[in-house]
Amino acid sequence: MAENIVNNDIIKEENLVYKKTDLLTDKSLSYCPGCGHGTAHRLVMEVVEELNAQDQTVGIAPVGCSVLAYEFMDIDMQQAAHGRAPALATAIKRLYPEKYVFTYQGDGDLAAIGTAETIHACNRGENITIIFVNNGIYGMTGGQMAPTTLPGMRSSTSPYGREVESMGAPMKMTELVAQLPGTYFVTRQAVHTPSAVRKAKKAIKKAFENQKLKKGLSFVEIVSNCNSGWKMTPVKSNEWMVDNMFPFYPIGDIKVPEE
Amino acid sequence: MTEEIIIAGFGGQGVLSMGKIMCYSGIVQGQEVMWMPSYGPEMRGGTANVTVIISDDRISSPIINEFDTAIILNQQSMDKFESTVKPGGTLIYDPNGITRHPERKDINIYRVEAAAEAAKMETTKTFNMIVLGGFLKIKPIVKMENVIAGLKKSLPERYHHMIPVNEKAVKRGTEIVQEVQKV
Amino acid sequence: MKELRLMKGNEAIAEAAIRAGVDGYFGYPITPQSEVLEYLMLEKPEERTGMVVLQAESEVAAINMVYGGAGAGKMVMTSSSSPGISLKQEGITYLAGAELPCMILNVVRGGPGLGTIQPAQSDYFQAVKGGGHGDYRLIVLAPASVQEMYDFVELSFDLAFKYRNPALILSDGAIGQMMEKVEIGEQKARLTDAQVKERCPWATTGKDDNRERNIITSLDLDPNQQEIFNEKLQAKYKVIEENEVRFEEIQTEDAEYLFVAYGTSSRICQKSIQLAREKGIKVGLFRPITLFPFPVERLKELSKKVKGILSVEMSAGQMVEDVKLAVECKVPVEHYGRMGGIIPTPGEVVEALEQKFL
Repeated sequence: MAENIVNNDIIKEENLVYKKTDLLTDKSLSYCPGCGHGTAHRLVMEVVEELNAQDQTVGIAPVGCSVLAYEFMDIDMQQAAHGRAPALATAIKRLYPEKYVFTYQGDGDLAAIGTAETIHACNRGENITIIFVNNGIYGMTGGQMAPTTLPGMRSSTSPYGREVESMGAPMKMTELVAQLPGTYFVTRQAVHTPSAVRKAKKAIKKAFENQKLKKGLSFVEIVSNCNSGWKMTPVKSNEWMVDNMFPFYPIGDIKVPEE
Repeated sequence: MTEEIIIAGFGGQGVLSMGKIMCYSGIVQGQEVMWMPSYGPEMRGGTANVTVIISDDRISSPIINEFDTAIILNQQSMDKFESTVKPGGTLIYDPNGITRHPERKDINIYRVEAAAEAAKMETTKTFNMIVLGGFLKIKPIVKMENVIAGLKKSLPERYHHMIPVNEKAVKRGTEIVQEVQKV
Repeated sequence: MKELRLMKGNEAIAEAAIRAGVDGYFGYPITPQSEVLEYLMLEKPEERTGMVVLQAESEVAAINMVYGGAGAGKMVMTSSSSPGISLKQEGITYLAGAELPCMILNVVRGGPGLGTIQPAQSDYFQAVKGGGHGDYRLIVLAPASVQEMYDFVELSFDLAFKYRNPALILSDGAIGQMMEKVEIGEQKARLTDAQVKERCPWATTGKDDNRERNIITSLDLDPNQQEIFNEKLQAKYKVIEENEVRFEEIQTEDAEYLFVAYGTSSRICQKSIQLAREKGIKVGLFRPITLFPFPVERLKELSKKVKGILSVEMSAGQMVEDVKLAVECKVPVEHYGRMGGIIPTPGEVVEALEQKFL
């Protein structure tokens, strides 16, 4: 009881500096402390809330760390087979052209097993939003090499570092889909600093608003960390991301529609 | 009444569409019909054949061992299907390009010189309709007026101006079919 | 008077889909079923009813589009032939696991592998026993005519929505490619979005204030919960077995021998009956129309009055196992079949009957 009294002393309107959007459920996030997924989830749900579109939005969860995204987002959601989220989104959007439809996918899901579904949804110019969280590794299965793993980067399936000669070079999916005429807005963001978070949110909002224009697919990559998979502290992993991921995956807009 | 027919020839001769017109004619006069093509990587000039069954009753197997009538339009088909005609059945063929004429003694055999006749008409595309006319003369299982109705149903509207010339070809077929052997 | 048309089985499926008010078709070309997609593209169903038709990048994408559409409560379908259906198995097990209603057409061709493009019935196990991973069943209908191809489209959707379960039409290259007379039904209106919400309160149609959010998933990491869910699925399949058995009997009244055959084989057997009876052999046909649920009870009853059963299939002998299970070894059960795209002739089937039993 004593603890509650202390909390109640603190929880006052004038002390409120941040309020979680109602569109995130009260369920504790299953992500590792320090992971960027939580922030990315929040941004997507804040955007849906600002668009007043809870009843107009259908999200698709992938297979990977965010397989349980539907536990945290208080909207109607479908959980897809590994890599197939853009196929689900394609059908839902075509059958409900006025709804907001988005996929939320990791780099293993989107850039490896789901390459065909991703490329073709982009090429057809489906009026959906793809949120692509890239941390350069398979997080949920325990830190295996992903198509996005950097050259020389260690993972449980590249224990001596990714050797480009035999394992291939990392794939820049975002640059790749920007080449396709069906994509309308393609950008790469991050969520490691307050200013990055503000920019990322702006990009996500634009990506959702674009659905109403029916001009093609909006693709938002969020370069993120995986402190567990990278075997670093959260702070260290963010520093490593800035020093190593960003030079290879530079932050910024890649394809911007002419206003 | 059940009539089981094989039509066989080259792709592009109108074998499949002849079968379709027969079927449509059967539908027009309230019969059951079945059209089963050989399908596969076949092309113009390759072999094509189709089984057609027209019956007053429910049709059973689309695959049959022997036929009441074989309509044969090239040598390969003669080699393949002459033996599949039921004893007492009918074989109708166009002698154009045939090097080995039918040899069976236990079937009725008719010739219809459709290729030669088609060359004399406005368009050689009427070839298959001349053959159909020959068949209908021998086996009047569908009435002429129903064939015309069937043609209308099976042809897209943009080709309906072709119906009179096709009708003429069917009639010509009934005139030129010749009996070779009757058992 | 009803409209009669001469149609291929594949075309009948496509026209029936438009007329039944199907909302979406997602497919990928493969012989011998490409006419389904071709017919739909030619017919412009988006103009006729607003139906969505999309050529996907692969069979895998197509079945997952079906998952998305079905999860949103819409009437959606796909079609393919054997190699493509193998690719779709991932999506099919997810559909079964998420309890989503949809229709899948398999116009079977000979296998294994790329096999042949000619008709076969060698996908019986895959269709009836599962196909993908996990304990699940599809409702499986086996049409034997072009008219049944047409009629089973609506029937399969009715059953799929009634039980929230994928339904599969197991056809073959012969029925897909053959043309027969088809009686065309009335054009039904597609359901409005409001009607979809009413029929499918579980679908992802957008969370409003009146309900909790809807989640379409086949995942439950808690094995206890997953077992409870599996028990629920099995109970559903039992209800389907009790209520949805369909079959046809031809000349079984005085039969001393019985053919058991579905689809194209059942058509061949009808002719074989005629040939056999001309020789004085009293044989009848039992034709399962639903392959799952398999008509166990009626077949068991019939087996008591015959001397032998010949299961005729265009396969190495798959359904014959279910026939044996149904008759519980009370009567000899034999198999006759051809493989690799060869269709047995009616005469061959009679010879097989004579060889095995007479």
